Amino acid sequence: MSKVIVQGKAEGTILKTSNPINFLGAVDKQTGVIRDKKYDIYEKSIKDIVLVFPHGIGSSVGAYTIYSLKSHQSAPVAMICQKADLTVASGCALANIPMIVATEEEFDSLNNGNYITVDTESEKILN
Amino acid sequence: MELTPEEEASLNGEHGETLETAYRILVATGEATNAERLVPIQWAHLSGVNYNTIGDAGEEFLRELSKDAHVKVKTTVNPMGFDFDHISEFKHIDDEFVRKQASIRDSYIKMGVDPTFSCTPYDIFDLPEKNTQVSFAESNAAIFANSLGDLKTNKESAFSALASAITGKSPYSDLRKDDTPTPLTIRMKVDNPNELDFGMLGFFAGKVGDTAVNISGVSQPNRRSCKAMCGGMGTSGTCAKFQFVNSDEDTGEKVDFGKEEMNEIFDELNTTDKGDLITLGSPQLSLEELSDLSKMLKGRSFKKRCMIFCSRAIQNQARSLDYTNEIERAGGEILSDCCTCLTPLIDTNETDSVTTNSIKGAYYLKNSTGVAVNLKPLSKIIEDETK
Repeated sequence: MSKVIVQGKAEGTILKTSNPINFLGAVDKQTGVIRDKKYDIYEKSIKDIVLVFPHGIGSSVGAYTIYSLKSHQSAPVAMICQKADLTVASGCALANIPMIVATEEEFDSLNNGNYITVDTESEKILN
Repeated sequence: MELTPEEEASLNGEHGETLETAYRILVATGEATNAERLVPIQWAHLSGVNYNTIGDAGEEFLRELSKDAHVKVKTTVNPMGFDFDHISEFKHIDDEFVRKQASIRDSYIKMGVDPTFSCTPYDIFDLPEKNTQVSFAESNAAIFANSLGDLKTNKESAFSALASAITGKSPYSDLRKDDTPTPLTIRMKVDNPNELDFGMLGFFAGKVGDTAVNISGVSQPNRRSCKAMCGGMGTSGTCAKFQFVNSDEDTGEKVDFGKEEMNEIFDELNTTDKGDLITLGSPQLSLEELSDLSKMLKGRSFKKRCMIFCSRAIQNQARSLDYTNEIERAGGEILSDCCTCLTPLIDTNETDSVTTNSIKGAYYLKNSTGVAVNLKPLSKIIEDETK
């Protein structure tokens, strides 16, 4: 059963990465474009998508990056992680971005390009 | 997570928007760390002060927040982008940056924080008694507090520490408890490590460790090496605590840190064999480190520009003890309220490469400032870069 970290409802296309994300530095805080070459989603935008990634790493200030993305209308509509971390959890809480920790099975079943609905109030959170 | 009726009311907005936001953050971070309740904290240390990192959205957020919010516990803050006393010497920094940075500084002061602008609060203040709960966002400070300061904190985010400052509370997560499970043990296999080696050990530990690691094979290193390790560890992962153990005590999973592992990190972060300028102080230097530096520089002068970062409080103490004379005579520029990491003081139009002994500094110089990095221990910097 997936775990709700930040409540909300959203739908969108999945962008999935196998890299843990350091929001400070790896993500352009105005446009949402990944600008670190080490990422498998380099040069892709995380704007308006359901971002699926293992977990956040690095600077505690990454929470501000998530808030900044929201202020510039460049944020993901929802985030789904394998493991929760404080930077992503708090950034999503302040920016009102639904955030879920998925089970291993659920995480593996989420594929790039698929359209998905996230509803934390629903019995089946991911649809 | 279980909340008291009072906390529940705050979460539901009955005590205003600021507390509602703060409790929303605490609930999310509580869920993220499987905490069952909130506990009081005595001291918060905030990140998110440098305009370079939080940008316009951060500046506006803090300006709005400061109209209403006030910190409830002792609260210290991270470095800004630059030193206001020296900003006129850095012509490449535009007025907009200075104005926005001043606004951020003023917002924090309005909220009642102690304007320390330092990543090393543990070097400025006496630490509270053993096992005191604190909320430190700066990663090197959180790791130092848990590992060497006998304090308890999560590796907080900028917002979770801010929410703790405003409410005086934090989720009672695993790291705040005593019964943490046996962590991975890293076996230090590098002989006679200097502070740069300890920085790389920390960087390695941050990559392979989860929330805590044991480290065997080292006797208690000096404070400079400990700080270097905290800085390196905080940069590379989520690990928030280390503990030195005797090799015979370690029972769980083990991994070696030898020459091979160290060289791999060196090659990842060292991208040139020569720097246009030198930076020292990431984390910012302590009084003892400034004292050591002044002794090492006796009768010598830097061959190139050298920026030395320490907190304002430490600089003032160093001035009164005359440690700064020798450093400034040797050509060192002492800067406060800012640090190597993410400072715009390094003009990338004029600087292609930086020499430093800091792994944390190297990571941000390379990945965020966008310059080449030359890594050397302090003893080698003095040997090669002064005459």
